[in-house]
Amino acid sequence: MFGPGESSVVIECAGQSTCTVIHSILTSLILFSVLIVGFAYTTVLERRFLAFLQARVGPNRTGPYGLLQPVADGVKLIFKEDITPARAEKIVFWAAPVIKTVPALIVLAVVPFGPKIAVPWFDGKWYRLSQGLIDVNVGVLWLLGITSIGIYGVVLAGWSSNNKYAMLGGLRSSAQMVSYELSMGLAMVVPVMLAGSMSVGDIIDAQNDAPILGWFVFQNPMAAAIMAIALLAEVNRAPFDMPEAEQELTAGYHSEYSGMKFAMFYLAEYIGMIAVSTVGAAMYFGGYHFAYVDQAPLLGPVVFGLKVVALLVVMIWVRGTLPRIRYDRLMAFGWKVMLPFALVAVAWSAVAVVLDEEVGGPAKLIMAVIAWGLFLAGASFWLGRVGRKSEPASAARVEVVSLSGGSGRMLGVPSALARAVSGRGGSAESEQPRSGGKRPG
Amino acid sequence: MELTAESIVFLIMSAITLGGGLLVVSARNLFHAGLYLMVSLLGVAGLFVLLSAPFLAGVQVVVYIGAIAILIILAIMLTPSVTQLPAIFNRQWAFNLALAAFFFVLLVSVVSPIMGELGVDAWNADFTQKNPADVPADSIVNLGKDLVDPDKYMLPFEVASVLLMAALIGAVLLVSPDKAKADEGGED
Repeated sequence: MFGPGESSVVIECAGQSTCTVIHSILTSLILFSVLIVGFAYTTVLERRFLAFLQARVGPNRTGPYGLLQPVADGVKLIFKEDITPARAEKIVFWAAPVIKTVPALIVLAVVPFGPKIAVPWFDGKWYRLSQGLIDVNVGVLWLLGITSIGIYGVVLAGWSSNNKYAMLGGLRSSAQMVSYELSMGLAMVVPVMLAGSMSVGDIIDAQNDAPILGWFVFQNPMAAAIMAIALLAEVNRAPFDMPEAEQELTAGYHSEYSGMKFAMFYLAEYIGMIAVSTVGAAMYFGGYHFAYVDQAPLLGPVVFGLKVVALLVVMIWVRGTLPRIRYDRLMAFGWKVMLPFALVAVAWSAVAVVLDEEVGGPAKLIMAVIAWGLFLAGASFWLGRVGRKSEPASAARVEVVSLSGGSGRMLGVPSALARAVSGRGGSAESEQPRSGGKRPG
Repeated sequence: MELTAESIVFLIMSAITLGGGLLVVSARNLFHAGLYLMVSLLGVAGLFVLLSAPFLAGVQVVVYIGAIAILIILAIMLTPSVTQLPAIFNRQWAFNLALAAFFFVLLVSVVSPIMGELGVDAWNADFTQKNPADVPADSIVNLGKDLVDPDKYMLPFEVASVLLMAALIGAVLLVSPDKAKADEGGED
């Protein structure tokens, strides 16, 4: 890699106001363009990957592999009619998409995307600057605060539309986001404690003790899992997409929005996905740290980007896998399951940090191993219980549908189960005229 | 009178805070009042930033704007019948005005004697500390240590936690299913 020679002058950028201004403007421009392009291609990624999961093809006609699909979508949305409902609160109705979009765009300002690099400038000197906008020492608080402002966009959109569905969607989302924000805040406290700093850059650097095993997910898997769930709820993604449950609320809080205002909500949702993936990668998955990044700082953003894409794929995968949670269960889960477990995870890491300071040696390692053991045991116990409980009911339902010519021809079904199913499915069968056979009466 | 950049920002933030506060009490629409409250709190967060207290600014945004104001708005949305007030609902404005004026005088009389000590000698002076290097870089660490220091703020900290615990238990008691069942039984 290139770098400043022995004779060249290297200046810290942070101390110079001109350099700081130029760096901020250029970094903001790069960050915004990357986020907007990322939004466009996250939509393609989501549609193609969901299609793959559901054995469909997905959009593949616009350009090679459907890569020009976002352009077509954008043109379509620009030419849509922009409707404002007659009795809507006009100002709030206009402001809501902005209030939802701006926090999603600025939340990543405190995340550094790579180690510091030295850059040559026209005056012949080299400037050492960070590969992020600004790394303030209250970065984690910034992340929490800006995400909480984003809730206002949803609430205001729901209220100002003068529409029952939109109102209910706004209500649901505000309650949900406030509930899950507590768990998210607690899950963010764990990296802060482990790193001993609230700056995102320090948290990322603290995960570089060991090549991969230094990531905080290996210190406290419970907190990482809670963080992942809370972040999903925070951006209203499936299975927590109650605010826009189509079957119950049409489109939820953005029912009345059309054209580019709708596109802004869409943009905010997908940029929010990218943002929370970035935050998750920075907090628990080592940020930009991976092999060779320490030697070649310019690889940092690439590694970070790959981690973000991996997390995005997981989010889409979750959407393709899990059904939506009922609203009361969602709130109960947030308050009665997530919050106590988050408190336990915070206490666990606090004990680990204190032990590490007082005893030293392998105390942290032992605590991490025990945490992983408990986490895996608990998860397998819970998943095993869930599987046992739901198996008979779902199997029975499937068989009723395929029952046409007697129970003998069913594929791969144990005979006892098949008998139980045909006994249970008798009434359903009798209602269908083409089923033939024993019809009562 | 010399206006520095900081004093201009201070004036803007004060205008946002006070104007928002004024609109909270004068708005006829409760929902709008809730939104103005959020604007006013945002101005307070800006003042904290100006005072080189980014931690307090962040807490202000997370706790007041992100939690308390949103809960107020949630409660207003759940009670649409009182959202539009046709007439003045509360006739206590004169008393409240007197109370607010009293607190203003109290605050000024407490702060003005020590203004010289704080390094503020004129209203248009720098509103941050004279020398930014005086602000310790790890003010969060100091804050955390002072909060649990028995010689400093440990007692208020613990009292506040007891208060919060009492509020939590009270909330659980208010909505506990046993009480609801007992009420139902009483009506039957």
